[in-house]
Amino acid sequence: MSALPGWRELPRGAVILEPGSSVRYKTASWRVLKPVIDQDKCVRCRICWTYCPEPAIVELDQPYTSRSGKAYKVMYAIDYDYCKGCGICAEECPVKAIAMVEEVR
Amino acid sequence: MSAFTIASIPREELLAPGHRMCQGCGAAIVMRHLLKALGKDIIIAHATGCVEVTTSLYPETAWRVPWIHVAFENAAAVASGIEAAVKALKRKGLMNPEKKVKVVAIGGDGGTVDIGLQALSGMLERGHNVLYVLYDNEAYMNTGIQRSGATPLYAWTTTTPAGKVWRGEWRRKKDIVGIVRAHGIPYVATVNFAYISDFYVKLRKASEIEGPTFIHAYAPCVPGWRYEPHLTVKIAKLAVQTGIWVNYEIDRGSFRVTTPVPKRLPVEEYLKTQGRFAHLMKEEVELIQKLVDEDVDYINKLAGSVVVGPVERK
Repeated sequence: MSALPGWRELPRGAVILEPGSSVRYKTASWRVLKPVIDQDKCVRCRICWTYCPEPAIVELDQPYTSRSGKAYKVMYAIDYDYCKGCGICAEECPVKAIAMVEEVR
Repeated sequence: MSAFTIASIPREELLAPGHRMCQGCGAAIVMRHLLKALGKDIIIAHATGCVEVTTSLYPETAWRVPWIHVAFENAAAVASGIEAAVKALKRKGLMNPEKKVKVVAIGGDGGTVDIGLQALSGMLERGHNVLYVLYDNEAYMNTGIQRSGATPLYAWTTTTPAGKVWRGEWRRKKDIVGIVRAHGIPYVATVNFAYISDFYVKLRKASEIEGPTFIHAYAPCVPGWRYEPHLTVKIAKLAVQTGIWVNYEIDRGSFRVTTPVPKRLPVEEYLKTQGRFAHLMKEEVELIQKLVDEDVDYINKLAGSVVVGPVERK
C-alpha cells in the first residue's frame, strides 16, 4: 500500500472532490452465490433492476431476440464487480429467469 | 400527467455501487430510489447512521450529488442552514435565482426519533424549505442493533434481549409521523419501496411543495431483523399486507391512505419471517395483532371509510 497523504496534501476540510468514487471499491468478494440471468426466459419487466440495492444490475440498450422469437430493445446484465449476491433479483423475478449458482473462484 | 409506473423510473444512477451497505439492505434500495426520484439538483445533509457510514468511507463516496456528513443530532439544523445559505446566495446575486435547489435532510430512526428530534422539531417550526427523509430500520443497526424509539414491541435487539424475564422490547414504536404532523407542516407521508410507484409519487410531491415536508420510509435490515437477504422486498410487502405498515399521506391537512388493503393477513405472517420475533409466544403475537387492529381502526377513522380491511385467516 502506498503512503497515505498527509494533512497538507488533502483538500481543505477533507472534502471528497470526486462524486461516486466508491466505484473503485469492488464488492464482488462478498458474494457466495451469484445470479445468472436467462436472457430467453427474461420478459424485461425491470423488477430485478428496480430492487437491486447496489445497483449491480445494468439496463443496456442492446436488442435481443429470444429463442421463441420475441424481440426486445433492452437487456439486463449483472455487474459482477459489485453484485454482493443477496439474491433479491432471483427472489423477485416473476418468471424465475434468474438462477443463483455457486460462485467458483 | 400519466400515472407513474416501473417503466417511468429514470435509468441514471446517482448512488454509485461499491458502497458497503449489507447484502440485501433495505435502506440501500430506499437511497437509490430517493436519488432517482429527486434528481441531481439537491443538496443532502446526512445524519450519522448506517447509510452515512457505509457510503462515505474516506477518501471515497458513493454519492453523485452534493452531500454533507453531519453529526447524529443535527441533520435538520444543518439542512436549515444550507437552505438559508442558498437563499442568501440568490439574494446577493451569487447564484442564479431561477435555479431550483431542494435541500434534503436524511436520518435513520435513531438520528430522527431519538437523537435528532429537537433539531427536526426546530426545523419544522421555523418552516424551512427542506425535505426530511427518515429511513426506518427500527434500531441502531450499524453500532450493533441497539434498540431505538422506533423499535417495535417485543422485537429482540442487543439491548432488549429475549429470555425468560425480558421478552425483547417492552415499549411500543414511537409515532414519529404523528409528532411531525403536529407541527402543522404542509406534507407528511409514509412510503414502502415494495409499492414503488407510490414511493416516487410521494417523494416528488414532497420535494415540490414549498416548506418543510417529511417522508417516513420503511427500510428492512437483514442482520438486525434476522432474515435471509433475498427476503427484503417480500418482508416489505408483508408489512403492508398485514397492516403493520400503512402507506398514507397527509397533504395540507387531508388524510389519504394510498395503498388500500381490502383484506389483511394476520401479523403472524410478518412476524414469523424475522428472527427478532422468533421468541414470541402465542399470547404475545395475539397482543401485537390486537394493537395493530387498533391502529388500523384509527387509520380507517381518519380516512372516513374502511381502507384497510379486516384480517382474513387462511
